[in-house]
Amino acid sequence: MNRAAPALLALSGLLLPLPAQSADVAPDALVKTVTLEVVALIARDKEIKAGNRAKLISLIDAKVLPHFNFEAMTQLAMGQSWRKAAPEQKRRLVGEFKTLLVRTYASALAAYSDQKFDFRPLRARPNDTDVTVQVRVLQQGAQPVPIDYSMEKTPAGWKVYDVMVGGVSLVANYRTEFNNVVRDSGVEGLIKSLDSKNRSLEAAGAAKK
Amino acid sequence: MRFLAALLFLLAGCASTAEGDPRDPFEGWNRGVYKFNEKFDDVLARPVAETYQDFVPRELRDRVRNFFGNLADPFIGVNNLLQGKLSEGVEDWARFFFNTTIGLLGIHDVATELGFEKHNEDFGQTFGRWGAGPGPYLILPILGSSNVRDGLGTALDIYADPMGEVRPIDARNSLIVLRGTQVRADLLDASRILQEAALDKYVFQRDAYLQRRRSLVYDGRAPRERFE
Repeated sequence: MNRAAPALLALSGLLLPLPAQSADVAPDALVKTVTLEVVALIARDKEIKAGNRAKLISLIDAKVLPHFNFEAMTQLAMGQSWRKAAPEQKRRLVGEFKTLLVRTYASALAAYSDQKFDFRPLRARPNDTDVTVQVRVLQQGAQPVPIDYSMEKTPAGWKVYDVMVGGVSLVANYRTEFNNVVRDSGVEGLIKSLDSKNRSLEAAGAAKK
Repeated sequence: MRFLAALLFLLAGCASTAEGDPRDPFEGWNRGVYKFNEKFDDVLARPVAETYQDFVPRELRDRVRNFFGNLADPFIGVNNLLQGKLSEGVEDWARFFFNTTIGLLGIHDVATELGFEKHNEDFGQTFGRWGAGPGPYLILPILGSSNVRDGLGTALDIYADPMGEVRPIDARNSLIVLRGTQVRADLLDASRILQEAALDKYVFQRDAYLQRRRSLVYDGRAPRERFE
């Protein structure tokens, strides 16, 4: 029993969904808990530290993804073009964009997870349903990099619909690219181009191992 | 001056793409310089920065970054004063004072620990604060993304750069190369992530630059651009 206890404990930790009652968790508290938990998990994991991207992505899938609203992100990134997509195309767009964002997020985490974070107090009224949670990444001899999470309250808890890094909105930054592709080769062209981008990244990741 | 006129003429000549982005009327010229910069980065800047990162320990790289960052603080202070931000400007000068003395010529950033935060300012941001719009997007050789306003700002930044005063010339050049290497090394992760994230790197980088500069002009408090 004694020897099995730690293992059981660890196992139960894995099975517990992170914030079980995330609807009640304040947005800034949510960002802080999730960030610190993920950073701690990375720090402890030798394989991820050694560059195991697949493992890092599955960690993000489990811990971070539930707090993002990818449909809203895709819709915002598409802008006018969103209306041109059929429901089936929308579903595929959200899926492809999600894959790309998660991969990008994984690279960013791998690069910056050993930095210090400064979690700013939330400036919002108690009944606000759309807030910005501010985190700053502190670095030696340079201005801290602000990361702003735009979050919206939903029945399933607070969900991130945009991330701004150093004043650059991720969602807005895809807007021109997406619209250019849709203009030149339609919604189907955009899905294809996202798909081939994801495939080439996956191939590059696999080649590295 | 004649060079500038010739440059503007050249730019105007290149501005002829039919369905171009209104923020990027010089796209033809820009893509040309972009290609050159990518090549320069592939064969020289990035390999040098990677070697530097591989062989110079992090501790030493932090000292190098701090040293050059300290030399930049006085003019960051000047720009804060020009923008009417008195306390920030004084803070920058206090940083320079403490880091140059206690921080041993700037290699240790003691000012941050004392509570004086490092700022990011330059003449382009000052012009923006005074009301100048960004103007057309412009890619500068070697230096990369800019716009007409920030390009003029960069000319002033270079003019004000204390590195220009260093003699002998060899020492000055070595310091400029070291600083450039440090800057590029600090961007290695970011440029790899950009490469992964972008469908069209030129467009992605341009839009990120324009967003970033807008945010910097407002010191991170830019009015949100509403999505429809």
